[in-house]
Amino acid sequence: MSKDSKRKRGQFKEAWIRLKRNKAAMFGLFVIIMLFIMAVFAPFISPYGYDEQHLKMANLLPSWRHLMGTDNFGRDIFSRIIYGSRVSLQVGFIAVGIGVLIGGTLGSISAYYGGIVDNVIMRFIDTLLAIPGTLLAISIAAALGPGLTNAMIAVGVGTVPTYARVVRASVLTVKEQEFIEAARCIGVKDYKIIVKHILPNAMAPLIVQATLGVAGAILSAAALSFIGLGIQPPTPEWGAMLSAGRVYIRDYWHIVTFPGVTIMVTIFSLNLFGDGLRDALDPRLKR
Amino acid sequence: MNDVLLNIEDLVVSYTSDNKKVNAVNGMNIVVKKGETVGLVGETGAGKTTTAKAILKLIPNPPGVIERGKIYFSGEDLIKKRESEMRKIRGNKISMIFQDPMTSLNPVITIGEQIAEVIRLHQKVSKAKAGIIACEMLERVGIPKVRYDEYPHQFSGGMKQRVVIAIALACNPQLLIADEPTTALDVTIQAQILELMHKLKIDFNTSMIMISHDLGVVAEICDKVAIVYAGQVVEFGTVKDVYKNTAHPYTKGLFSAIPKIEGDRPKRLFYIPGLMPDPTNIPVGCPFSPRCSFKFSTCEKEAPKDIYVDENHLVRCHLYGEKERELDLCQFY
Repeated sequence: MSKDSKRKRGQFKEAWIRLKRNKAAMFGLFVIIMLFIMAVFAPFISPYGYDEQHLKMANLLPSWRHLMGTDNFGRDIFSRIIYGSRVSLQVGFIAVGIGVLIGGTLGSISAYYGGIVDNVIMRFIDTLLAIPGTLLAISIAAALGPGLTNAMIAVGVGTVPTYARVVRASVLTVKEQEFIEAARCIGVKDYKIIVKHILPNAMAPLIVQATLGVAGAILSAAALSFIGLGIQPPTPEWGAMLSAGRVYIRDYWHIVTFPGVTIMVTIFSLNLFGDGLRDALDPRLKR
Repeated sequence: MNDVLLNIEDLVVSYTSDNKKVNAVNGMNIVVKKGETVGLVGETGAGKTTTAKAILKLIPNPPGVIERGKIYFSGEDLIKKRESEMRKIRGNKISMIFQDPMTSLNPVITIGEQIAEVIRLHQKVSKAKAGIIACEMLERVGIPKVRYDEYPHQFSGGMKQRVVIAIALACNPQLLIADEPTTALDVTIQAQILELMHKLKIDFNTSMIMISHDLGVVAEICDKVAIVYAGQVVEFGTVKDVYKNTAHPYTKGLFSAIPKIEGDRPKRLFYIPGLMPDPTNIPVGCPFSPRCSFKFSTCEKEAPKDIYVDENHLVRCHLYGEKERELDLCQFY
């Protein structure tokens, strides 16, 4: 309505100010942004194509021509890592998206209606929780067959229970607030109460969990690729590169080291950022 | 009878807690006429808020159940209405103002949007038009419309209650239920809010149920007053009748318990001995009988019926009626 939008999103702005004070989280955010830029502009940044093979130049150690050396097919590892960020980020964010969407819906319905609905949904979630996440992802990936989409689904479904529980817990506290009753009092429909009135107030723990979850999802996808159930060659994926290079680890250390370090740095940054976000969004830490 | 807007007959609401039945409302009768303000006065736990929620059918179920009774609103029984029909009534024909303005606004939505939301729910208007109506409502409750885009935490308590009033009146409801609207505010703001409510009530020609435990507030703005005790109305009449010709011993007790500034101040404040009956175990006869200083044998055996002591003045007490016990009750207090 009015042009005065400076004051808008007051609580998120406040959280941002607090986040900015956290050096480690800002470092994490910086790395994540760099990764995004890398993924988006991959064809312009990478010196070679990701599937360009030069068999004569296979297994070269890092040099100025090949910053991270070449693999057993003579492909430039640096270029493959840059292209790989596309796949990894995609898997990370979409898998978390699937988890948040399904888990969030189940969790909020279960918390809002309570009673039998709550019981049925949460027992189903408990069943999912009983199976270790990675194992669940492996079985889903094995059932659906390898590939990028299936890997995302497999990893995403594996994270559903976590999000369902997180969302349920925070919806339970918000739905007892008086403004929810006030909303019911003016005739708002149930689903609209959940989407418009409850969820925006229950967001903070979910945001944190999701940020940390992206790191986990990238790792799970890499693990799936490592055992051959994830992304298939020649598509560059960090986990798959690790898996392909492990045979040569005795003679050519650089083939596995660089994808490994990349995964590590990415996960590390996401975790730093996630931790910082949790602190920033926690009102108890307000000064 | 045409000018009766709301007629509650023999309403019984109970909650189940730890396998015990808690009778929150026991045979409540209230009549609200068009344009009238009725005050509901009673102690904490007397069933005032439960009655209000029952009118909107917002009793959480489980644990709450409306066991019997009828709630006629403009001639239609609300108890029989389906949830989807109730949603069209809530906020549109009947609105409610809650006790604590600090928590009854959504902290992440601008106040303008919250007013516009109720308008969009019940009137077929565009988003822009709803925004304009919301701005008008803001101005009417005394908030400059430039504050449309601000969030609840940027407002003071009194201002928030004004926003809540704007939301409640945005669709021009026929009945406004105010559940202790000024309890959470300080005294100077209380007066402002009460004045605003009274003015808007006349402007919008709305009937109002004012829940309060402050007899002063009720005297200020209500036409009629219902004294609630243990889930039933023990005395009902115009403010003048109830305040001047107090009939029920409980009401008398309430008035005596108000500290007086004039005259000789007694050393100790008067209080009604005993406590409200345990809602899981309400006495068989008159619920007030254990605390009543005028009780006689019938009181503990038979539940009293409504008796008209005057044309518009009802009382539920054995002291009146067939026996017409001519007791000068006042001398006891």
